[in-house]
Amino acid sequence: MLLAAWACIGMAAMGGCSRASKTPDNSGNATTSKLPVEYALLLPAPSVPGSVERSHPSHVIVDLEVREVVRHLASGVDYTFWTFGGDVPGLFIRVREGDLVEIRLHNHPSSKLPHNIDLHAVIGPGGGAASTITAPGHTSTFSFTALHPGLFVYHCGTAPVPMHVANGMYGLIFVEPKGGLPPVDHEYYVMQGEVYTAGRFGEEGLQAFDPDKANDERPAYVVFNGSVDSITGDKALKAKVGQTVRIFFGNGGPNLTSSFHVIGEILDEVLGDGGSRVTERDVQTISVAPGSAAIVELKVPVPGTFVLVDHALSRAFGKGALGMLKVTGPEDSGIYSGKISDTEYGGTASETVAARSEARPGSILPVAAPEDIDQPGVVPTLEVRKERGRKTYLMACFACHQPDGRGLPGIFPPLAGSDFLKADKARAIKIPLMGLNGPVVVNGKPFNNIMPPQAFTDRQIADVLTYVMNSWGNDFGTVSPDEVKQAH
Amino acid sequence: MAYVPAGVYSPLFGGKNSPRQVGVPAFFLDVRPVTNAEFLGFVRANPNWRRSDVSPIFAESGYLGNWSGDLELGPRAQADSPVVQVSWFAARAYARWRGMRLPTTAEWERAASAGFMTENGSTEAAYREAVLKWLSVPAPLRLPPAGSGRPDVFGVRDLVDLVWEWVDDFNTARLADESGDAPGLDSNLVCGAAGAGVRDFTNYPAFLRSEFRSSLDATYAVPSLGFRCARSP
Repeated sequence: MLLAAWACIGMAAMGGCSRASKTPDNSGNATTSKLPVEYALLLPAPSVPGSVERSHPSHVIVDLEVREVVRHLASGVDYTFWTFGGDVPGLFIRVREGDLVEIRLHNHPSSKLPHNIDLHAVIGPGGGAASTITAPGHTSTFSFTALHPGLFVYHCGTAPVPMHVANGMYGLIFVEPKGGLPPVDHEYYVMQGEVYTAGRFGEEGLQAFDPDKANDERPAYVVFNGSVDSITGDKALKAKVGQTVRIFFGNGGPNLTSSFHVIGEILDEVLGDGGSRVTERDVQTISVAPGSAAIVELKVPVPGTFVLVDHALSRAFGKGALGMLKVTGPEDSGIYSGKISDTEYGGTASETVAARSEARPGSILPVAAPEDIDQPGVVPTLEVRKERGRKTYLMACFACHQPDGRGLPGIFPPLAGSDFLKADKARAIKIPLMGLNGPVVVNGKPFNNIMPPQAFTDRQIADVLTYVMNSWGNDFGTVSPDEVKQAH
Repeated sequence: MAYVPAGVYSPLFGGKNSPRQVGVPAFFLDVRPVTNAEFLGFVRANPNWRRSDVSPIFAESGYLGNWSGDLELGPRAQADSPVVQVSWFAARAYARWRGMRLPTTAEWERAASAGFMTENGSTEAAYREAVLKWLSVPAPLRLPPAGSGRPDVFGVRDLVDLVWEWVDDFNTARLADESGDAPGLDSNLVCGAAGAGVRDFTNYPAFLRSEFRSSLDATYAVPSLGFRCARSP
């Protein structure tokens, strides 16, 4: 977006059409100083002008043009935004602590409204607003000395202020401290703002401003960088594995505080409220008030798409407060393994009574009740085990083998007096564990049906087999949970 | 012209001792803003108000900038569209030439507070929508004809949704400006303090008009600013 930069230099060369009699020397220029003069390079989000590479103050001229333009807000949705430099948020201004900054605020002739500017970096009435109310087709000029370093919000201060701000008139000015900031691999500009449209979120067409929603602080949209998809997909912020990213994050508001968070990342350092010192380290989410800003730094040691959000989640997932940082490069499974496995899980032995009572015959639901669990160190008696096994039998097995163990002739084999059961305990254990199908002969009669495996615990299988093998005249021995475990 | 009966105007800003409502006597108001064709008639008859001849103390350099020549309208100034890029001095001179005057702020706001069907437009959704819709679209390259809007309850058209309009005492709306500190005006009424002393926070259109007027200087020639005439009975 070098267009914006060239436009600034072009306008400066033309000198604008300034009205006389408002400036100290009547020439339309700020107080003459002995400082070297330069023109600020202003860039649209998410770009940030490079760090200030000088060690002395300068007289920096900022040519900022206000234009009211129809812009894309979301897919199929347009909105007439009022902009500093044709973009939302306004162009990023970067100067150095101690600079004499001359703001030339141009209001394009096609604008409907007058506008002005309040920069939080200014110490003086209105932050500059008192000196810059500008009718369409005019330019106002004032200057200030950047006494304090820090990342500051600027915005229009023309009444009604919430409307001017909600319509996009906010941006950031960074007054770089004298020593500069430590170098990083990427610097990005992200600014949150609300949009109060008459239509619902996503309603298509050119939307109008809704003053009732604005008064009630109920925006239809909460967005980063002026639109729902400004930094998503192929417009995502980018970095490579191992790099450090610095985000100049601002909140234009006008009303809501942002809970800024990067999903899957931790903020290594935060210069809170855009100030000149590190206020937090290793934090997950920071509060950024409307009219405030913060500088955050994060390292990106693993690849992936890291989603920037306002963690007031209805805004991220219902109003558009969502952006992306895409990191490419080699994985590091020690830091993040990704999915290691995906296995089946049938629940635990501690199912509730309710779950057990809901089990249907023939189902393969686990059926233990809390009272069925062995207490540690307690060896249950045969009677206890038979009773537990009986309950289990009456939940599932009885449906085919019948409550009296006789089965259904020709269809389901009997268990009572079954020679098949008596002959081979190991084989018997495998049947509820793994199921059985194919031809078998029980007590001289052929059967050929399908018995599904039963989703019981080892203890339940041991108990139900013990019950079966000791009921209806059967005296076939017992089965322990260990024997079942070994049969797996 | 339309007859606007006597009524009241509630000033948007005011201190403890200033009145909440100002009585506005009956007056006549142009049904629509002055057109390019009408203003052309004026400059034909008054050469000192032509674009090349006007004194810079009465009009800045953009005066009638959308016309093609001193006496030539051209494609960017349709004959029946409202004349714009005229200074307050020029608008006043035109009104006087026609035996009339500019309306005062109180008269203009009294008329503009009327809706399409009642005298209180703020209760009419259609009226509020018309105002906000106008503010939601950028200024078109060519203005529609004057008088094509829906008449309000007094028969006046295009007051709130065509062009901004000069009033005779626009300077009293001035909120603040270092060099223009009028005595008695609180010079803090900017930005943060442009809320103190406000009576009705929700009347966005009135706010916007007030701010617009306060940004003006009498020589200004703004592309979205025209005027209409008034006269006392």
